[in-house]
Amino acid sequence: MKPTDPHVTWIDDKPLGLMERLYLPLFMQGLSTTARHMISPKVTVHFPEERPTVGNPLIYRGVHRLNRDDDGRVKCVACFLCATACPAHCIDIVAAESPWSDREKYPESFSIDELRCIFCGMCEEACPVDAIELTSLLDLTGKSREEMIFDKEKLLSVYDMTKDSEPMKSASLGGTL
Amino acid sequence: MLIPSITTLAALIKIGLLVGGLMTAAAYFVLLERWIAAWVQDRRGPNRVGIPLTNIRLFGLGQPFADGLKIILKEDFTPRHVDRVLYTAAPLLILAASLAIFAAIPFGSVLPPLGIPGLPDPISLLVAPSLDVGVLWVFALSSIAVYGVLLGGWASNNKYGFLGGLRSSAQLVAYEIPLGLGLLGVVLSSGSLKLDVIIHAQATTGIWNVVAQPLGFLVFVIASFAEAARLPFDLPEAEQELVGGYHTEYSGIRLLLFLVAEFLHMITASFLIVILFFGGWHLWGVTGAGSEITWIGAIVRFGIFSLKVFSVIVFFMLVRWSWPRFRFDQLMNLAWKVMLPLGLANLVVIATVEEFRPQLTGSLGEPFVSLVTLGAPWATFFLCWITAGLLSSSKPDNRPILTAGPLDIEQELVRGRR
Repeated sequence: MKPTDPHVTWIDDKPLGLMERLYLPLFMQGLSTTARHMISPKVTVHFPEERPTVGNPLIYRGVHRLNRDDDGRVKCVACFLCATACPAHCIDIVAAESPWSDREKYPESFSIDELRCIFCGMCEEACPVDAIELTSLLDLTGKSREEMIFDKEKLLSVYDMTKDSEPMKSASLGGTL
Repeated sequence: MLIPSITTLAALIKIGLLVGGLMTAAAYFVLLERWIAAWVQDRRGPNRVGIPLTNIRLFGLGQPFADGLKIILKEDFTPRHVDRVLYTAAPLLILAASLAIFAAIPFGSVLPPLGIPGLPDPISLLVAPSLDVGVLWVFALSSIAVYGVLLGGWASNNKYGFLGGLRSSAQLVAYEIPLGLGLLGVVLSSGSLKLDVIIHAQATTGIWNVVAQPLGFLVFVIASFAEAARLPFDLPEAEQELVGGYHTEYSGIRLLLFLVAEFLHMITASFLIVILFFGGWHLWGVTGAGSEITWIGAIVRFGIFSLKVFSVIVFFMLVRWSWPRFRFDQLMNLAWKVMLPLGLANLVVIATVEEFRPQLTGSLGEPFVSLVTLGAPWATFFLCWITAGLLSSSKPDNRPILTAGPLDIEQELVRGRR
């Protein structure tokens, strides 16, 4: 766009005062800001030894987990809503007839490709039974691509690992399940 | 067989100490620069690398070794389109020149008499103590260092490298003049081109040149920022615009030579600022100008000197994170329209004061002489400073300057602006 384009509206800064034109006062002001930041508390942490604090675990979107119900069974009913909602197509579910009487289907296998996942949280929102949730675990590493595909057991183990520090979200968020 | 004389041997030892010390210092100043960059940005900075194969971290003091090893082991790649001879010569030239500058820069005071036969006592902590043109030597070699930048930019046969070289030549030619003018005042008042004599003159009177010549100090400091190509005057490199400028095409150890030379420029500038304006190793009440010197005195002087240089370097690094980079026309305006007149004004005042100092001392009392000789430079400082402020434009010049064109809108814009 040319500077002469009629659609360009030029807005001038307000004219500089004498103190600003004298340069050095502003320079000292800038320097004191720099010096103040040099000694102010740091915002970063020594990562592996020190953990960053997650602001609100209820809305943080970290590693997935598959919740268990009171009997220790997987809560998922293999409805495919999460897989359908997923914009990255990273959820793969194989449904089978449920061995339990309270539901028709259950996931025979349930895997999430954590490398494809974009951590948008749509699966969590889509789930009608609050079975899939995103935890506040933030360091997700692996040595191979295969290792980063989390199967049902792994996702359930994430639940076992985090259930004490992070109870299921639905109650806190006003849900019924 | 060629047996070096004892004075040659002493000079070689000094050179060894100085080059070793400077290279180590440059490496550690890279670490310091990264630390300060991090702290200013509320980060923690490199603090992991300590002693290899252990968990001892030492606040990251091993980082320079890791950095150095990494850059030395990188591929030293020569692109096909470069001028090979100049491409290789440029980093060597710039590093050699930056190191050779220190032949004339004292890195301490003197050592107490050692009593070694054949060696003049006391031993000066200066590689070339009998060099009478120390200041000229420093300036000549820092101008040669510009050739390294120019050659590097030219030989790279790359537009960014070339632009960096061009900018650097224009910038350094422009700022050499205010730098020289700031320096001339100091040379006039101390009456010598030897840097150790300049320190001694300040130690004798007890008045540092920063107090005696405030305007010269201001001009010299700003010009030395430009000479060292540090922010806010780092246009020859300007990573964001020129992808590194003159060393865009360099890699591996040749890039390392450029980077070390760049840090050496900053160290040189800090040494010069301390020597010329902050009294070198002199500190009131601790180190005086007395000729009697003990080992403790020598070490204290060295410590004070190093501390001052260190503080100036920290100031250089803090400024880097305080000020944005100048635009090139602003840089040139500052050099020719502000720094040059200010430098000339300083020179005139200092020359006048020095000319009439004997007459004043003869006719007036001591306190009145100091009042005049210190008052005149300070009055000039404030006068010039406020004049420069009043003469500068009160409009920020960020709008492109339009020439009258065929379109009505253009003419309207031009009218509105003028």
